[in-house]
Amino acid sequence: MKEIPNLSYVRDLAAGDGVFEQKFIRIIKEEFPEEARKYKQHISLDEPRAAAEVVHKLKHKFNILSMTDAYGFAVKYEEQLQLGDMEMDEKFKSILQKITLYLKTI
Amino acid sequence: MNCIIIDDEATARAVVTQLCEQLPEMDVIATFDNAIDAIKFLNRESIDVIFLDIHMPGFTGFDFVQTLKDPPKIVLITSDTNFAIDAYEYETIVDYLVKPISLERFKKAIQKVKHTTLRPTATANAASETENELYINIDRRLIKLKMTDIQLIEAKGDYIEVVTDAKTYRVHNTLKKIKEKLPEKTFLQIHRSYIINFTKIIDIEDNSVLIEKNVVPISRSNRPELMRRLNLL
Repeated sequence: MKEIPNLSYVRDLAAGDGVFEQKFIRIIKEEFPEEARKYKQHISLDEPRAAAEVVHKLKHKFNILSMTDAYGFAVKYEEQLQLGDMEMDEKFKSILQKITLYLKTI
Repeated sequence: MNCIIIDDEATARAVVTQLCEQLPEMDVIATFDNAIDAIKFLNRESIDVIFLDIHMPGFTGFDFVQTLKDPPKIVLITSDTNFAIDAYEYETIVDYLVKPISLERFKKAIQKVKHTTLRPTATANAASETENELYINIDRRLIKLKMTDIQLIEAKGDYIEVVTDAKTYRVHNTLKKIKEKLPEKTFLQIHRSYIINFTKIIDIEDNSVLIEKNVVPISRSNRPELMRRLNLL
């Protein structure tokens, strides 16, 4: 997946409202790492269905950060996790890492 | 329109709040990260719209809708388009938004909210049903009568006779007491001893009214009110 996270959706939504944009960045900077941590924890504890619940939340953040391909991948992965299959974990973690790095730049 | 937002994700709540802020008619009263707190809030506050995430841990949006006694209009917000079919089973759900929500799509949802009229809820219907019924006590049995079936009530000493389309019931009670239980819009006292169902009038002569097959006298003092209520040509 070559796509890069960006704030174009958030900026559209803000429509020039800088206060909202900053508030939103603060919220996603708080919420994303916590969800990423929970995801990794469930995977390490071999809890695929619990991990699926977190993937469900994380995929919305992919959308908000305009990562359409990552969102599509997460939709499939969530289904696989519900079936107990964690094979797509590595690729999912690479998406999480990409976003983690991006959030440090904003 | 007053609204609340229920979503377990802070980012999602922030998005919907921002969308509402761009529409002057929308006023976000509160946001909730879980359905239970929202239910407590709705038990004491009245609001116009709920923006509701379907997918919440332990309590789905549909579970939430089913717990509400008198639900306001609800706009579902989710990524699971599969739930759309289920949403149509609930009259109170007026629209369904898929994340990420654009301002244009959000505006359309608000238009739907504005132009949708909900039918009275089960609770309201039940209250209305109760108003349309009257229980009379006969030989220790409570018999349910439909207001629409009552033709007239006649006072007879310590008793009253309730004449319905099907039967006449003799009840130990007073005309004054039963009058308090009857809807004023439909029933009218036209004589010291008679209350009639206004909708059952066949015709009116000088001093009497024909109710189905019963001729009922009109007293001079009650006549003006009767005439006032008639839709005279």
